Amino acid sequence: MGKKNLISITDFSKEEIIHITELAAEFEANPYQPLLEGRVIASLFFEPSTRTRLSFESAINRLGARVIGFSDTANTSVSKGETFHDTITTISNYCDMIVMRHSLEGAPRYASEISKVPVVNAGDGANQHPSQTLLDLYSIKKTQGGLDGINIMMIGDLKYGRTVHSLLQALSHFNTKFTFVAPPELQLPDEYKLFLKEKGLPFEEKREIDEAINQADIVYMTRVQRERFTDPMEYERVKNVYVLRNSMLEGTKPNMRILHPLPRVNEIATDVDSNPKAYYFNQTENGVYTRMAIISYLLGVKK
Amino acid sequence: MTTTDKRMEVRAIENGTVIDHIPSDSLFKIIKILKLDTDTHRMTFGTNLESKRMGSKAIIKINDRYCQQEEINRLALIAPMAVVNIIKNYEVVEKRKITVPEHIEGFVRCSNPKCITNNEPMTTSFDVINSDEIALKCHYCEKITYQKQMELIK
Ligand SMILES: [Zn+2]
Repeated sequence: MGKKNLISITDFSKEEIIHITELAAEFEANPYQPLLEGRVIASLFFEPSTRTRLSFESAINRLGARVIGFSDTANTSVSKGETFHDTITTISNYCDMIVMRHSLEGAPRYASEISKVPVVNAGDGANQHPSQTLLDLYSIKKTQGGLDGINIMMIGDLKYGRTVHSLLQALSHFNTKFTFVAPPELQLPDEYKLFLKEKGLPFEEKREIDEAINQADIVYMTRVQRERFTDPMEYERVKNVYVLRNSMLEGTKPNMRILHPLPRVNEIATDVDSNPKAYYFNQTENGVYTRMAIISYLLGVKK
Repeated sequence: MTTTDKRMEVRAIENGTVIDHIPSDSLFKIIKILKLDTDTHRMTFGTNLESKRMGSKAIIKINDRYCQQEEINRLALIAPMAVVNIIKNYEVVEKRKITVPEHIEGFVRCSNPKCITNNEPMTTSFDVINSDEIALKCHYCEKITYQKQMELIK
């Protein structure tokens, strides 16, 4: 049996994506399944990310496996100048799976070519973060009753936001209608617009959050970061344009839910938090079930 | 074109490969990409030669070596208009067409400084996603390197 990795969301077919959301629902209904008793999973965070690491490690523990690894590279052989190749070769001899995060883009793909055991990408720089995408999809499916024909409005940094790009790629299987709201400097890159055109999927681009929000099933918020702007004046000008406030939600559909990959800074006003349409904190719980689904699927203990 | 020019370009070798119509500023890149700098065959390089078609051109003549199609396709990255002649017994017996390969291993650097390939001793790998104005998609970081950003690995 060939080993299977999850490096990029495009590694999974439409059927596999659906399958993962179904498994996640199964784990949500029964979150304690020691399917991986006695196994060891390496959690290698070459770049620290407490939230993602704890979510993965919680998933691993709930499946009954044990975790080895590091949460940053201080005091490891990496800091002594060992090549990435040698680190991965060595560690893949100690475990049944590697979950890794790295600031260098493409590092998990390279690791999957070196490693004997499956590799899961827990984020590589601005490139991919497929478990986030799958948990976003699980959240959409759970709140909308399915993935087909969703109307989604994506707001904020659509240029550098990797979660936006991967979610867009995944949703392209499901006849989605997209609306993109971003400042001129942070617009969706042409390659993704071209991708949607080739797939024959409709999309609209807007500069501001307007009444189009009333048609949305999902509002996907992202952070607009100061460091993305070449002109600091431009940041000052737009920073408040992309803030979601409770008053904007009045005419929105009853089934509409707000997602955000978190952490949030100020792009969702705190008065939204108590609105039942705010779903971003539920997403984090869905993340654990989704990661249980990914791990057990890749290790072949769940068919 | 005068007879002397013609002899200069093609007929000077008995057997081997002549690569003609190379943009003058691409000559050294081609030497590198075909690894001619470590090749032991007898070779002649000419550059800044007069060309009606392109103003200034360069030419490479390699004695007793017939370049393989796979090697010739590498030229698509830097000199897609070059002409490759296979010479046998002073005659051009074949003109090999340069076709853009679907996949490229090595030679080219990924334009993304945060790519693992620019930070580890390893071979780069790309899918060619557009063959008109060549665009390479990195197999590792998934970023696109466009022709104008293309840099060869030393
Ligand atoms: Zn790259």
